[in-house]
Amino acid sequence: MSSPAIRIEPVPRTRGYPTAWWGMVVLITTEAMVFISLLASYFFVRAGASKWPPPGIPLPELHRSVVFTVVLLGSSIPIFWMEYALVRGHMRQVAVSLAIAFLMGLAFLGNTVYDYLNQEFGLRENAYASLFWVILGLHAIHVLVGLLMSATVQVKVWTGRVTPEHHVTPEVFALYWHFVDGVWVFVFATLFLSPHLR
Amino acid sequence: MAVTEQPTPEVAEELEERWEDAPGIPGFFNTVDHKRIGMRYIYTAFLFFFASGALALVMRVQLAQPNAGVLSPETYNEFFTMHGTAMIFLFNTPVLAGFGNYLIPLMLGSRDMAFPRLNAFSYWIFLLSGLFLLSSFVVGHPPNGGWFAYTPLTSKPYSSGINIDFWGLGVIFVGISTTVGAVNFIVSIFKLRAPGMTLNRMPIFVWSMLVFSFMVIFAVPSITVAAALLELDRLFGTAFYSVGGGGSVLLYQHLFWFWGHPEVYILFIPATGMVSMIIPVFSRHRLAGYVWVATALVTVAFISFGVWVHHMFATGIPALALSFFSAASLIITLPSGVQFFAWIATMWKGVVHFSTAMLFALGFLLIFLLGGITGVMVAVLPFDWQVTDSYFVVAHFHYVLNGAVVFPIFGALYYWLPKMTGRMLDERLGKISFWTMFIGFNVAFFPMHILGFLGMPRRIYTYDSGLGWDTLNLLISVASFVFAAGTLLTLYNFVRSRFRGARAPADPWHADSLEWTTTSPPPEYNFAAIPIVNGRHPLWDDPPSSVEVADGQPSTRALGIVGALEKDMPVTEGLDARPQDVLGIPEPTYLPFIAAVGIALLFVGLLVEAAIIGVVGVLIGMAAVVHWLWRTSENLR
Amino acid sequence: MSARHRRRLVALAIAVGIATAGCGGAHSIVNPKGSEADRVAGVWWLMFGLAAAVYVVVAGCILYAATRGRRRRGPSRLHDNWFIWIGGVIVPFLILVVLAVVTVDATSALRTSSPGAVRIDVVGKLWWWEVRYPGHGVVTANEIHIPRGTPINVHLTSDNVIHSFWVPQLAGKMDTIPGQPNNLQFTADKVGRYAGRCAEFCGLQHAHMGFDVIVETPADYGRWLARRERVPLEPASEEAASGQLVFQREACAGCHTIGGTDAQGTVGPDLTDVGSRRLLGAGAIENTPQNMRAWIRDAGAIKPGVQMPSFQSLPDRDVAALAAYLESLK
Repeated sequence: MSSPAIRIEPVPRTRGYPTAWWGMVVLITTEAMVFISLLASYFFVRAGASKWPPPGIPLPELHRSVVFTVVLLGSSIPIFWMEYALVRGHMRQVAVSLAIAFLMGLAFLGNTVYDYLNQEFGLRENAYASLFWVILGLHAIHVLVGLLMSATVQVKVWTGRVTPEHHVTPEVFALYWHFVDGVWVFVFATLFLSPHLR
Repeated sequence: MAVTEQPTPEVAEELEERWEDAPGIPGFFNTVDHKRIGMRYIYTAFLFFFASGALALVMRVQLAQPNAGVLSPETYNEFFTMHGTAMIFLFNTPVLAGFGNYLIPLMLGSRDMAFPRLNAFSYWIFLLSGLFLLSSFVVGHPPNGGWFAYTPLTSKPYSSGINIDFWGLGVIFVGISTTVGAVNFIVSIFKLRAPGMTLNRMPIFVWSMLVFSFMVIFAVPSITVAAALLELDRLFGTAFYSVGGGGSVLLYQHLFWFWGHPEVYILFIPATGMVSMIIPVFSRHRLAGYVWVATALVTVAFISFGVWVHHMFATGIPALALSFFSAASLIITLPSGVQFFAWIATMWKGVVHFSTAMLFALGFLLIFLLGGITGVMVAVLPFDWQVTDSYFVVAHFHYVLNGAVVFPIFGALYYWLPKMTGRMLDERLGKISFWTMFIGFNVAFFPMHILGFLGMPRRIYTYDSGLGWDTLNLLISVASFVFAAGTLLTLYNFVRSRFRGARAPADPWHADSLEWTTTSPPPEYNFAAIPIVNGRHPLWDDPPSSVEVADGQPSTRALGIVGALEKDMPVTEGLDARPQDVLGIPEPTYLPFIAAVGIALLFVGLLVEAAIIGVVGVLIGMAAVVHWLWRTSENLR
Repeated sequence: MSARHRRRLVALAIAVGIATAGCGGAHSIVNPKGSEADRVAGVWWLMFGLAAAVYVVVAGCILYAATRGRRRRGPSRLHDNWFIWIGGVIVPFLILVVLAVVTVDATSALRTSSPGAVRIDVVGKLWWWEVRYPGHGVVTANEIHIPRGTPINVHLTSDNVIHSFWVPQLAGKMDTIPGQPNNLQFTADKVGRYAGRCAEFCGLQHAHMGFDVIVETPADYGRWLARRERVPLEPASEEAASGQLVFQREACAGCHTIGGTDAQGTVGPDLTDVGSRRLLGAGAIENTPQNMRAWIRDAGAIKPGVQMPSFQSLPDRDVAALAAYLESLK
């Protein structure tokens, strides 16, 4: 009847990721599916169109958008730096890198808003225009949410609520920010690059 | 250090004090206890079940006779739309989430879910979105476009009222609840298993909720997008589904069914998970082919994402593409066949005890067998062209969604309610309820197959005499009331048990899984000391003779009563669930409720096209979420 | 063929225990009158046989397994995997292979278009069907005349919402989708009148969006087409002639067409041969003089939501004349 004694051997805390981080992984998976659905819709509608973009709508411009793509993707670099500084306990570097990434994200968002205000076609014009602005807008909302998260994290860092031992929020934010950057690669390729291919 | 210790009465009292929710109304709004939330989920979902069941009964009165005038065509259309919508979104999905919420931490040997506040949030969203959808009856404009709301029928030119907006916005709204619930389940299942509970020792119900959650994560975005584009078209004049604007009406159908078909399995998989818990316990035999069954659940999930076009066989898609989806729809039968014979083998090798819960499981087997067979039939393209959108399909999906999902849920009520309420349900009344439901169900839904053959299309509010439909429709209508009476008997049984039911012992069924180790109902902290798992059937297998725990680690310390006293949950790592970290359980808070109210205001603002309400809602929601982020685990200690 | 089907029909009726249901009813998909529906009915009978066998065997297994222990048999020595491999994998797989072959075979047969097919354009409207015979200039509504034994290619479109074209005894469904024309091909084998319906929910009067397919011998069909090409159809009586005046005075012509007259409206159904139709309002009521009068007075009372306005203020005499005129158009 008796079985051998069970020995419960713990693993170090530092191994693996906190539950909140895993929660964010799952959440961005579902967010990614939202973008996949929208981008698939884009190509589905395009497949049924005779001319893309439809007559009267210019091809997306590729100068400013490329520059700001570099800005957004580049903003992941200070975030990597922040994650590195976090485990070393360099809280000053954490604050500085967060601020740099925040400004880069803000610049990108500003460019999107500028684009929208100086639009050559509105979102009601046709399915192309609707897809273009709604996908772009959804991504902009994600950037905005990222900036709000960043602001919260920065206040936490300044007020000393993030310590080398307890730093779940910045870690989770970093993951989200990388996602917002990563998904832009696909959004940009679809909305700005693909109409040039025919 | 021993971790299987029992609390002394003094310690138990201290635990009680430490964990107790505030009494009365504050406690109602700020609790984060997964058991209270789980019960609430189940109660609320059943409220919607009886409400949308009542709609069905009125429809059956209308259809009992040819050219009846009980319902106007408009009301009939509203009723069948809301019947389907409420059953899928407000009963089936959330009631399973409710069982999951209640049972998963208990089955895993944990003190709560991974994100207790998020759990409360997902309930409030569910409740508010349900009220949002039902409020359409109050203002007299319920959705009327069918539960899949095909555009262009639901576009502004053909449905100008706010009826459809209730549907489109409501579906997005309730999707938030389902999604955050799924996030919570996945992380809880991966990170909160008791030490020793490897993945291949998890109860099948936990497996099924894990698969459920992953499917939700991948499928729900698709209907969110489908409904969001519909609402953008309706509220902001975009052109996604507008043929004149270069949009596509079939795009909607693809987006809808990419969620819609997996959704069938999202509902069905946890139901089979329940059956896989009930059958072994009442057969007094471990589940045959555990690995087969777990693999089958995962396989079904994968294949179910490749079959959505079988809802669109008659839309004129080229035959070659259709053949692929037809084949995938045939193949998905195999994993279900595997599960079926695992259950048969379990009963075959055991000795079956016919309790009410077991009767519901057996009823499920006989009903699902037919629903599965007709499912194979509709996968056969040429046959589907004949029967799609006819009553044959109505019969098929009620065999699957009512028979094969509702029967297990009723079985689960008889099986787990004693654990939840601490009171036994009456077995004799339960058996009468089962037989009433079983007979009523089959007499109501089987003849629908024949009506489909006789050319009766679905969703018609009336029909002429002389088509050979009269007798069958009358029979169906009568039987549907018999079925309803059966469900009410269980409701009565439940109410009765709350007052006069026998006290439930910790383990009334001699079951095998961890939820039966704790008292009925369980204390707020579930387990004073976290149980250590030594096998797939902890209560059946030999208990470990002794447990050695390395001292001095916070994670192992939290396993014991100390952890319960400090409101800590141990977090475990890896496939074999070794203690890794500690998660503090948050104190009761109003934040989830406030955030949910903010989101509700946003949807109301969109519905009535009042920007100010929406903006206020967003601000309230954002303030709550920022405050929430502020009070994460870093500040809890 | 039909004798075999009748025998099978009897078998089904017994099998389901509902002999009165009358599977040979007017709409039944197992009472096919066209080669396409016949093919599907064949697939059905094969599946029915397999399904019945599977249900009986598996349900038997369930009931045996559930009661086996109570009959105090000894412990079973059968291995778990034995059940799962045989019952859950191998046997279902073999059945699925058969069904897959049948599917591919029947699908390719049903979706192969014949070059000599007669094309008929059908447009799904809210809630009726417009029928056009390209090349003949013939337009009608809710009744489709076709020749027996000739492949028919129905070209399906919609300028409003999605509908689905379904004549159970002739062929499976095909949706009419705005922006995406579809084709459905079938051949009718037997002269007769077959009821069809809209099968996709399309709003308020989805229940009353019926039509008839009238299968005629090629000679009869030719005569029908020739007669329909010779418009206008003159009013037969004095009352009918005064009805024609009412038709023109009351702006009926704003919505309806009567071939060969000034009435060229395109909102409602073409009424050129309305007198010959079996039903009014796309299946709402039978076409009798009395019903015609009721329909003219208040169509919305018979078919709520119909776009046809009511003419309650019209004197009885005018309504009777109008009905007489319309009934004479055959």
